[in-house]
Amino acid sequence: MELIAEKICHAYGNLKVLDDINLTIRSGEIVAILGPSGCGKSTLLRFLGGLERPTSGRVLMAGAPPADCLNPLTFVFQDFALAPWRTVAQNVALPLEHQPMRAEERAERVRSALARVNLSEFANAYPRQLSGGMKQRASIARALAVNPAVLLMDEPLSALDAQTRELLMDDLTRLWGETAFTAVYITHNLNEAVRLGHRVVVLSRRPGRIREIVPIDVPIADRRDGHPALAPVSAHIWSLIREEAAQADRELTDVA
Amino acid sequence: MSPDRKPIPFRGGGFAPSPVRGAAAATFLAVLALWWVSTRFGWISPIALPLPGEVANAIIDMVRSGELWQHLKASLVRLLVGWSLGAGVGLIIGFAIGLSSLARSTALPLVSALFPIPKIALLPLFIIWFGIGETSKYATIAFGVFSPMVIAAFGGVDAVDRGLIRMAQSFGVPTRDIIRKIVLPGAMPALLSGVRISASIGIILLVAAEMIGAQYGIGALVLAAGNLMQVDRLVAGVLFLSGFGLTVSFLIGLAEKALLKWR
Repeated sequence: MELIAEKICHAYGNLKVLDDINLTIRSGEIVAILGPSGCGKSTLLRFLGGLERPTSGRVLMAGAPPADCLNPLTFVFQDFALAPWRTVAQNVALPLEHQPMRAEERAERVRSALARVNLSEFANAYPRQLSGGMKQRASIARALAVNPAVLLMDEPLSALDAQTRELLMDDLTRLWGETAFTAVYITHNLNEAVRLGHRVVVLSRRPGRIREIVPIDVPIADRRDGHPALAPVSAHIWSLIREEAAQADRELTDVA
Repeated sequence: MSPDRKPIPFRGGGFAPSPVRGAAAATFLAVLALWWVSTRFGWISPIALPLPGEVANAIIDMVRSGELWQHLKASLVRLLVGWSLGAGVGLIIGFAIGLSSLARSTALPLVSALFPIPKIALLPLFIIWFGIGETSKYATIAFGVFSPMVIAAFGGVDAVDRGLIRMAQSFGVPTRDIIRKIVLPGAMPALLSGVRISASIGIILLVAAEMIGAQYGIGALVLAAGNLMQVDRLVAGVLFLSGFGLTVSFLIGLAEKALLKWR
């Protein structure tokens, strides 16, 4: 299944936040959307997932989602969005509970999703007992449990410390290697974009426009810090965002 | 230690009171002893305050004659019926205000106008409407419990993490399930504190209503004992009220432990 953003423009009152975004997410690829804070990238993701409506333009799905997909467009949130009154397994089960299926199948989906993110032994723990990395793994397991057509990841590693971030990136790399999934990965972190994106969409500052779409040909599994082919790509993207980042840094923020 | 080295002064500590084992029991014993001594030696007139033993005898008499149970039962039924009615309706209205624009713009102003009325002022009106019997007492308690429960419920619903609601919507969870699985548990801490506040308001109104017109009930017992200068029975009644309140608060504490164990 492909996800297509067509001429998306958005404004809050007179404040333009997104301008003419055209983008196609192809099946099996990870598209990293990189931009400074306040460029509207999280807003764009909410449009892609149907949580908000743009002022103009539209988002289309092309082709059918996989057969056992329960929720084609599935989010992974920056703040994990785990219900604190539910255990890890219950949180993963939440999106399955309203779906018509046998209890055994539901339990099996939860079990296998937790196994894929190595959280099986923490199935009965409450979110408050988990580290940040474990919380985000639980939230990724919840997303995997519905077998999504497209994963919409909203700065999934931004709330984590640097070491945990590395581990989670390895996890995502491994997960993609096991079963290639389709994802839109929003980030403001160049390193994450270059590690995980098949294509990196560089957005400009407000109003967010696509400055350039940078394809990265190195297989995701081979990408490591200091990979010779990645350095020039990183440098190029950095040159694109550097000026914008510097300006964004010197701006009063009234709009989140 | 050389003369130019000295330990830094300690500026921390304090502001962390913790309970001392046995101190509570000792305090009660001390108060009881003071009471006994001051009445025994006539520092306080026996008309003003009976000996602790006399109060104990009054309690034992009331237990033996079954009078205590009659009073307790009357009060318990009133509190339960009135509180359940008021809190139940309040919960529903509070959730409606928390979830719907229509209810927020219509019911909230009404509740805000009702809230500052001391509900005991409505008892005479309820007696005119419903007579001196039980219904007017239920109505007074229910009304008094209603508005704090509405406010607790809609405040609790408002405080539910919008991120969780958005998450549930993003997974296509139906609205009814979002209310049951996200909004209700998310509002639970506020609801339980609403239960706590409304229960104590309910007890106040219960006693007040029983003092205005009731044959049985702890409020009636206290009032009748006062009229007859039976200070021992009066103090016994007040002790029952303390026990009553403590029991209610203990039960709510149990509910909090069971429902909020995830915190």
